[in-house]
Amino acid sequence: MELLKDKVALVTGASRGIGRAVAVELARAGADVAVNYAVSEEAAKEVAREIESLGRRAFLVKFDVADPSAVAEGVKAVEEAFGRIDILVNNAGITRDGLLVRMKDEDWERVLSVNLKGAFLVTKAVLPGMMKRRDGRIINISSVVAFSGNPGQTNYAASKAGLVGFSRSLALEVARRGITVNVVAPGYIETDMTAALPEKAREALLSQVPMGRAGTPEEVAHAVVFLASDKASYITGTVLHVNGGLW
Amino acid sequence: MSVEEKVIKIIAEKLNVSEDQVKPEASFVDDLGADSLDLVELVMAMEEEFGMEISDEEAEKLRTVKDVLDYIKERVK
Repeated sequence: MELLKDKVALVTGASRGIGRAVAVELARAGADVAVNYAVSEEAAKEVAREIESLGRRAFLVKFDVADPSAVAEGVKAVEEAFGRIDILVNNAGITRDGLLVRMKDEDWERVLSVNLKGAFLVTKAVLPGMMKRRDGRIINISSVVAFSGNPGQTNYAASKAGLVGFSRSLALEVARRGITVNVVAPGYIETDMTAALPEKAREALLSQVPMGRAGTPEEVAHAVVFLASDKASYITGTVLHVNGGLW
Repeated sequence: MSVEEKVIKIIAEKLNVSEDQVKPEASFVDDLGADSLDLVELVMAMEEEFGMEISDEEAEKLRTVKDVLDYIKERVK
């Protein structure tokens, strides 16, 4: 059964990690997928090939989600290639960790720009089409640290918590337009982002996970596929935690 | 189709009402049941149809069908 047969999705930050798994799982569920990336072109091409090997169409679209004119152009290119965007997954995210007392202004600003303003810009570009069609699914990728906090990640946690308020408010604005807006909040997931943590920090994190293991990007992607599908038609403004019990 | 007919068609479509209800004196909010997002959509549809930009300040003054008809007719010559 193809939950997302003939749907069109745009996934930001889809070349690696959770974004990559989301793009592939959306395709496996039947969607054509626009793969956004900012830097990793080779990795993005691989994702596109994987989508095509599943019999779906892929469209590579390079833009920095924090750059307003690049976002507008990129979204337009996707709409021209695929005709519309039914599903938007705001996944692009970065970290610039450091204790607040020593945090550089630009580390605060860059994280907020990519993780939070990026979601605003891409959503704003995609929304008019969804409003016209009275149909759409927007899924924003947050994080367990938005809820639990994490020393060294005030900027990242603020951006990810910001996405929750953003999503709930937007959900109210567009509820009568057949558009749902939800959040998926992953816990400790095996990605390049968490692989970059010091060994000790990773062990400490892992010891806190009740399920005793890290999650996989695919386990996060399955939650996104569900929220993107018709099965989730009455769910909006909510947060789906995918964290193995870690809070 | 005249400018007036186009405007009325768009309003009827966007607000999901019949064209008969789109009388000049009709207020979008009070008579045609529009909410704030409907008004934004209406403005966006007018911008697209007539290739113009309508600022937020100007859009706020468009409360009735007549307001929109006058505004569009004034600017589309």
